[in-house]
Amino acid sequence: MTCRRMPSARQALTAARKAIRSACPRLPLGSGLSTVPVALVLTVTLLAAVRPELLTQHAPDATSAQTLRPPGSGHLFGTDELGRDVFSRLVHGTRLSLLIGAGATAIGATVGTLIGLAAGLFGNAVDGVLMRCTEVLMAFPELLLALLVITVTGPGTANMVLSVGIAGAPGYARVARARVLAVRGAGFVEAGLVLGLRRRHLVTRHILPNALGPLLVLAAVGFGGAMVSGAALSYLGLGPQPPSTDWGTLLADGQEYLQLAWWPTAFPGCAVTVLAMSVTALGRRLGGSIIGVGR
Amino acid sequence: MRSGVPRYVLRRSIAALAVVWGSVTVAFVALHLIGGSPVDAVLGPTVSATPGLRQQIIRAYGFDQPLVVQYGVWLGKLLTGDLGYSYQLNEPVPRVLADQLGPTCQLALAAVGVAVVVALATALLAAGRGRVIGAVVSAVEMAAVSVPQFWFGLLALSVVSFRWRLLPIAGDQGVASLVLPAVTLAVPVAGTLAQVVRAGLEEALAQPFALTVRARGVRESVLRVRHALRHAALPALNLAGWTAGSLLSGAVLVETVFARPGVGRVLITAVTAQDTPVVMAVVMLSATTFTVINLLVDLLVPLLDPRLRDGRATREARA
Amino acid sequence: MTSSAQRYAPLVACDGLTVDFAGCGGRVPAVNGVTLAIAPGECLALVGRSGSGKSVTARALVGLAGPGARVTARRWTVGGNDASRWGPRSWRRIRGRQIGLVLQDALVSLDGMRTVGAEVAEPLRAHRIVPRAKTADRVAQLLSEVGIPDPVRRAAQYPHQLSGGLRQRALLAAGLAAGPALLIADEPTTALDVTVQAQVLGLLGRLRDAGMGLLLISHDLAAVATVADRVAVLHDGSVVEEGPAARVLSDPLHDRTRELLAAVPSVAVRRSAATARPDTGCPVAVPDTATAPPTAQTAARESPLDGAVPPDAVLLDVRSVTKSYPDPHGERRAAVREVSFRLPAGRTLGIVGASGSGKSTTARLVLGLETPDFGSVHFDGELWSGLAERLRRPLRRQIQFVQQDPLSSLDPRWTIGRLLEEALGVRGVPSGSARRDEAVQLLEQVGLEAAHLARRPAQLSGGQQQRVAFARALAPRPRLLVCDEPVSALDSTVQAQILDLLAGLRRRYGLTMLFISHDLRVVRRLCDHVMVMRDGQVVESGSTAGVFDRPQHPYTQALLDALPGWEPGTRPPGARRPGSSPGTASSPYW
Repeated sequence: MTCRRMPSARQALTAARKAIRSACPRLPLGSGLSTVPVALVLTVTLLAAVRPELLTQHAPDATSAQTLRPPGSGHLFGTDELGRDVFSRLVHGTRLSLLIGAGATAIGATVGTLIGLAAGLFGNAVDGVLMRCTEVLMAFPELLLALLVITVTGPGTANMVLSVGIAGAPGYARVARARVLAVRGAGFVEAGLVLGLRRRHLVTRHILPNALGPLLVLAAVGFGGAMVSGAALSYLGLGPQPPSTDWGTLLADGQEYLQLAWWPTAFPGCAVTVLAMSVTALGRRLGGSIIGVGR
Repeated sequence: MRSGVPRYVLRRSIAALAVVWGSVTVAFVALHLIGGSPVDAVLGPTVSATPGLRQQIIRAYGFDQPLVVQYGVWLGKLLTGDLGYSYQLNEPVPRVLADQLGPTCQLALAAVGVAVVVALATALLAAGRGRVIGAVVSAVEMAAVSVPQFWFGLLALSVVSFRWRLLPIAGDQGVASLVLPAVTLAVPVAGTLAQVVRAGLEEALAQPFALTVRARGVRESVLRVRHALRHAALPALNLAGWTAGSLLSGAVLVETVFARPGVGRVLITAVTAQDTPVVMAVVMLSATTFTVINLLVDLLVPLLDPRLRDGRATREARA
Repeated sequence: MTSSAQRYAPLVACDGLTVDFAGCGGRVPAVNGVTLAIAPGECLALVGRSGSGKSVTARALVGLAGPGARVTARRWTVGGNDASRWGPRSWRRIRGRQIGLVLQDALVSLDGMRTVGAEVAEPLRAHRIVPRAKTADRVAQLLSEVGIPDPVRRAAQYPHQLSGGLRQRALLAAGLAAGPALLIADEPTTALDVTVQAQVLGLLGRLRDAGMGLLLISHDLAAVATVADRVAVLHDGSVVEEGPAARVLSDPLHDRTRELLAAVPSVAVRRSAATARPDTGCPVAVPDTATAPPTAQTAARESPLDGAVPPDAVLLDVRSVTKSYPDPHGERRAAVREVSFRLPAGRTLGIVGASGSGKSTTARLVLGLETPDFGSVHFDGELWSGLAERLRRPLRRQIQFVQQDPLSSLDPRWTIGRLLEEALGVRGVPSGSARRDEAVQLLEQVGLEAAHLARRPAQLSGGQQQRVAFARALAPRPRLLVCDEPVSALDSTVQAQILDLLAGLRRRYGLTMLFISHDLRVVRRLCDHVMVMRDGQVVESGSTAGVFDRPQHPYTQALLDALPGWEPGTRPPGARRPGSSPGTASSPYW
């Protein structure tokens, strides 16, 4: 059935994609990584976040005399300068890294969406004010905006999550507003108006559900970006303070021994990249299939 | 058209000015949101001062004035180019930044060059070449966008400089030392640009006019360069402002990784020390750059696309 | 084959042309053993519904079937040479030079970022036809040959700056630039207004008369009837019927052909056979707005919509409404200017006009989706326009709306059942089984069944979606139904079915309808009264028969004259007219 879609379904899909693309031009849709590896990465990551002890027998903080051992049997990803198992530290850092990404995405998406919805639904003065503010915030590059927030709040995990979230919010606001405006002008909303349906009914049953789909996609894609930003701030020493570790701090710690050993640096970075790519791919898959068609 | 263009230029310029003013205000608000006394920030964490000295500082920096007055004074100073004193270095902020702008601009321009060349080549060669090539290129683009830049830089440094000893390890020593940082800085920009240009090319090539051009007996390469690329250039051009911003963000990391002098390094030092005037100056600088570039793009796009030229407000058309 | 075809070797001939595309789980056939040949000076029309494989055939004939396509043929010659094994380089030499391809809708078929001149010059450059220095002269010459006045100025303009007709001519000029012996035209007139359609068809006819081979692809039998010598009917990738145009159109043998013919609404309103001919090149005389008679005067003419009806029977009364919108320059442009009409209960009023004539704005004013700047709309004797939304909302169900694009008019996330139940709720039908039963009844009335309740809009075909839209509009038992181009997004056969359905529903419910269309044939078939709009003003109104048989305003006459000049059950008006007009004798092509 998926293979021989009716032309109207394909048109709907194209229309939906066009709508999303016009709403978020930086978001390519459709093609991406294949499903199986993406699903595998996500499953393993979730497992590592929830039950890290199932994946590794080494304690993350257990030091040993075997310092800076290259990857091999016993220590899959080698050991660091204190003889700690890199793989184990990576697995145990997953939870914090995921929380940083998810927290920042949740803050950004929620704040941004509320602003965008308000602007799109109320229109006129509210729209004008909110969108000018958004425009001002959009003028700051995300990382710099996050740095500005951290300057105000000081470093630390919670502050970093907040800063990355706030920095991402304007993007969601713009997309949410664009979507609301697009859906508000759609034929089915007009049909509802003509039927004499109540405004609240139209907004909650027709406009919002159709407007929010793309934001889910954007959030999935934004999650990857938030994780990378978080890792960058951790690397700069503005994120989790010792002894908490996420992938970003692991990476920063490893950097000092880069001339002697690549593995304490390389593996956390790989983890960030692979996870960010997988979540992005998942988001695009969502964007390519669920939106507009509503299956 | 006759009266439309100057009016459009004027309207866009005013809007840009408003955005710059807004960003400056955000910076001011941020300054005054800082917990604790700004006097501590001036003094630094290690110094303890007498109440007399504190009073002196408060008067010197105008901290005792009402906020509105401080805002007004500060705006007035901004207009004359007075960005205040760095708390940490006890130097005027412009002087702190002046020496650092050169290396950062150099780095950013080199990165833009690399990114544009790589992105255009990838997009022109790979657009519409079937499923397998599309999937591979798309995966590479996604990796480029997803990879933490600083990590890529670290690995490149480790392999190219430490292991192979091909390029200098750090610092600012001529063109050779620029290669790795520029490539590192270019990676995410190139990935994004390639995605956008490729998507634009594929969309253009799927349009009826592409079939018409092919049916004239025109070469595929000519179709791509002469027709489709112009259509794909518009969305890419709209990314110019974003590119500038992400280059400055990236510079923060890349300059740290490669121990290069530059605005990014200064910014990080200032953030850790809560040296607010410097942070604000850099943030305002980037917001202004972003706004000016976007303004230029907005004014340029109608010149490139005749369909937007006839007085139609481009902003709305692209929003 | 006609006698002329036998004298020359065919320009292109293929035997058993088959095209299939890579799909999941095997190859999906698009064209299945099509055999055709076109001689110089001959026009073959390939007709069929969308999806019948006609466009794929056209593209395959210039070696552009598309990525993933596999094209095979038992025998395939272009200009006498075997084409079945040509590579990209050989095809490039053929394209534009021996076979030209022209698509529909020049706005998207010309590169919108390049000037018309650059587009026309491209084939000249690609095939090195004229030296670079002489290109501009040749381009101007080509443009004037297709009937574009002031060619030098036009060459410097961009496609969007030209009118639809000039644009399509420019596209033709580009297709003809390298002097191909065969022109393939894929729906060349589909996106055009009727007046312009006739001009372009006239131009194609003259090219054919001048000795060019023409492969005309269309879903619209009426359009091809005027120029085609032979007609081949395509269905599911195979030719089901082929023969001389006169015979196929007047005496169809195959069911599919009959279906296509039945889908052409009749225009039994022609004043004389002479005016039914498509125009032969000179632009149809269209009056300036300045010379148009004042609206009040035209509206008064023998119109039962005015005066003659007792006032209590008038359901909808539109009094001199004006609505303007700001244009890109910030100036206000009137979309509708002082439009007045009355619609008696139980009648159907058709509003016709070209796109941008203010038809849809009028509909939106009636629906209360827009508020008039001046004037007022009265419904059932009460003021309707300008009513506070709070007061109007409970009354809204009395006026319902069916839109042009059925898919976008239905919430994609909702099932058909839920959509209909929502609309029934407006009328106060208690939720639960009562509503469900009524929803099923509604579906049955529009020719669908209970099984469709669980589907979502995207899972239905376009025709089915529009049926659902009708069911939803009827659910609150409206007294007035406004239909804005309800069939123009549909295939012609589906169009016919929907129009039949609409006629049936109107009889059954005694509906009062406001029916908006650019298609005169559709309006003729359905409406009691008709109102012709142009540039936001009513130029003529009256009973349908009156307006169609005795049009008073020159614009109405032009619209009627421009209808493709053939109607079902009659002989086509001469596939080839003996003695071409003087203009074609001196045609520059041969």
